[in-house]
Amino acid sequence: MNDAAQPKVRVATTSLAGCFGCHMSFLDIDERLFELLERIEFDRSPFTDIKHCGPCDVGLIEGGICNADNVHVLREFRKNCKILVAVGACAVNGGLPAQRNHIDLGECLEEVYVTEISLAKGCIPNDPELPLPLDKVHPLHEVVKIDYFLPGCPPTADAIWKFLTDLLAGRTPHLGHGLIHYD
Amino acid sequence: MGTHAELEAIVDRYSGESTALLQILREAQEIEGWLPPATLTCLARLLEMPRARVEGVAGFYSFLHIERAGRYRVLFSDNITDRMAGNSELLDRFCNSLWLERGKTSEDGLALVDTTSCTGMCDQGPAMLVNGWAIPQLTPARVDEVAELIRSHTPVEDWPAALFQIEDNIHRSDMLLDASLEPGAAIRAAATSGPLATLEAIQCSNLRGRGGAGFATGLKWQSCRNATGDMHYVVCNADEGEPGTFKDRVLLTRYADLVFEGMTVCAFVIGARKGFLYLRGEYRHLLAPLQEVLARRRSDGLLGNDICGQPGFEFDIDIHLGAGAYICGEESALIESLEGRRGIPRNRPPYPVTHGYLQQPTTVNNVETFCAAALIALRGGEWYAGIGTGKSTGTKVLSVSGDCVRPGIYEYPFGVTVRQVLEDCGAQRTQAVQISGPSGTCIDATEFERRIAFEDLPTAGAFMVFDESRDIFEVASNFVHFFAHESCGFCTPCRVGTTLLRNVIDKLHKGKGSQHDLNQIFKLSRLLQSASHCGLGHTACNPLLDTIKRFRPAYERRLESLEFEPAFDLDGALERARAMTGRDDAGAHLRTDE
Repeated sequence: MNDAAQPKVRVATTSLAGCFGCHMSFLDIDERLFELLERIEFDRSPFTDIKHCGPCDVGLIEGGICNADNVHVLREFRKNCKILVAVGACAVNGGLPAQRNHIDLGECLEEVYVTEISLAKGCIPNDPELPLPLDKVHPLHEVVKIDYFLPGCPPTADAIWKFLTDLLAGRTPHLGHGLIHYD
Repeated sequence: MGTHAELEAIVDRYSGESTALLQILREAQEIEGWLPPATLTCLARLLEMPRARVEGVAGFYSFLHIERAGRYRVLFSDNITDRMAGNSELLDRFCNSLWLERGKTSEDGLALVDTTSCTGMCDQGPAMLVNGWAIPQLTPARVDEVAELIRSHTPVEDWPAALFQIEDNIHRSDMLLDASLEPGAAIRAAATSGPLATLEAIQCSNLRGRGGAGFATGLKWQSCRNATGDMHYVVCNADEGEPGTFKDRVLLTRYADLVFEGMTVCAFVIGARKGFLYLRGEYRHLLAPLQEVLARRRSDGLLGNDICGQPGFEFDIDIHLGAGAYICGEESALIESLEGRRGIPRNRPPYPVTHGYLQQPTTVNNVETFCAAALIALRGGEWYAGIGTGKSTGTKVLSVSGDCVRPGIYEYPFGVTVRQVLEDCGAQRTQAVQISGPSGTCIDATEFERRIAFEDLPTAGAFMVFDESRDIFEVASNFVHFFAHESCGFCTPCRVGTTLLRNVIDKLHKGKGSQHDLNQIFKLSRLLQSASHCGLGHTACNPLLDTIKRFRPAYERRLESLEFEPAFDLDGALERARAMTGRDDAGAHLRTDE
């Protein structure tokens, strides 16, 4: 079978309680993106602006779970993606947003919207359009089953490239020395 | 804080030795019941060491308090056998009667009530420690009595002696517990035949270490004897922390002479002049009686200079009291603790026989090993080798507890079947036996013909019996919590891994588990076994692997589904935000069945 006949691998990406830093790092694979696009096509992703995820092979998720909407999006990804990957420190551990976990959510909202000096007569927003925050920020694997974890803050472009090429080649992704580090 | 003079007196008593830091901290704590920052600063100055090191050591041991802990520190032993005997109800009753919250020092500074790992009173539980002193056989009446004594501010030394009465409960004795050795007899025998012949007797006896690992004692002594160093040391490991084990407590209560005799014989063989008995903090009550035995042996010429009239044979023993750290039962962590540091296992090799205490050749053996060695020195290696099985010579002292009529101490020649022990202790409708504590093996009723021996079921002595009324999941859960609590925190795989295991087991406990969680247990187990720094991490999964294999339905009935369940209550996690915003619309809820 020649390469051209192979159907492209469908990939969806999203950022939940993250900073898009992992997506930026993804873009840092630079010209290798062209090579990648020979093999994959994007479904829901900031690159396509598709609003909802359809059936996919791979879902890449950046950021942890901090509100009800994150849960819905994560569930949508889990329902549609054969392989779901937690990308980056926030998705893997909760990361920076989870720093609020030792503060009571009530006190947190109170300070941000009511007592903070710069706000005159603020109030805690209660529009049903807005997703409610969870009392704590959680990593993805505490809400749905996650198949692979890609650590790093952010994972480097090389790490993401290695991970995806392994996955596309049917190998269990293995970052190994140099690509996996914690500083 | 204690006054400068008080602290100075303590430091002086230990000649300002930095190796005595743990002992100094323990004594300094007795002044006020905790170690205030100023005390730590003062001790650091007196000992001329960085304050961070002093606080680092004080913060490591669970019986040392660097936060205000109250005049009475009451710790309920929380082994599974204590649980089965109703310690939780007693703890609640105690807290209610004193208007205390568990784990928090009362506002008037009167008391702190909490739980602690197994205190080695499993045959007479539930038990507690009050300011380090053990009180066994707790009943509602005894708990009320303790509460009343605390309410009336009675100093612990004035409490009725009956509260602190500890039974030996020896139900079966064999050659070791039957031995009535005249103090000095084994040393004289060794002195007569000389160190090399004594070593040969130990080797020919095939004696293996009784701490559980079963290393050949003769080989250990020989390696230590041959190792070069300025000084050689003998260390007796009486940090009996493995839940369900209490035989060393009885050996040290009733057979202290035999233990010291064995240590002295070892010193004679390896050429040591200094020995240590590392006594676990939970056995604080044994400190004074043991020191009396040492003093008597000194005045009888069995310790000190020219022992038994042998010119130049000089040896003495110090007792070092631990402070509540299971990891210090690991020999290299024990040595670190002896040197006045946090009890963190060293890299091995080099082993203690060449680089032990103060990097000098050191022989570390279990209490029971030294007892056996003394008998071998007296009666010869061949006699000993004739008892037991081919690869496990001699006898083993078992600590039997749990669901049986006669819990206590049982000594058998190696090779005894589990069924025999169960019959002798009066166990009925037995479902499972945990051999050698949480880090050992859990066996079910199909395996009761298996034998206690290094060839089959090696053990450090614990033998916990669970009858058919017990939920084996609860047993495993208790052990998983134990390991998470006792991990020393040095290496990440163990520190994080044991906590992740605990999280999984708690999730299962709530009935929220899935097949995925069981898979996680196996994954974590591989990680802990391959990447942990020491045996604690390597064995922390044993209770789960053993019981999942043998009692799988106890786990499966706790699974909510076969695929995946979230780790927390998703809708419940929105409750706080709903309250803050006053919302209750559909978007303000998360369904769990999606």
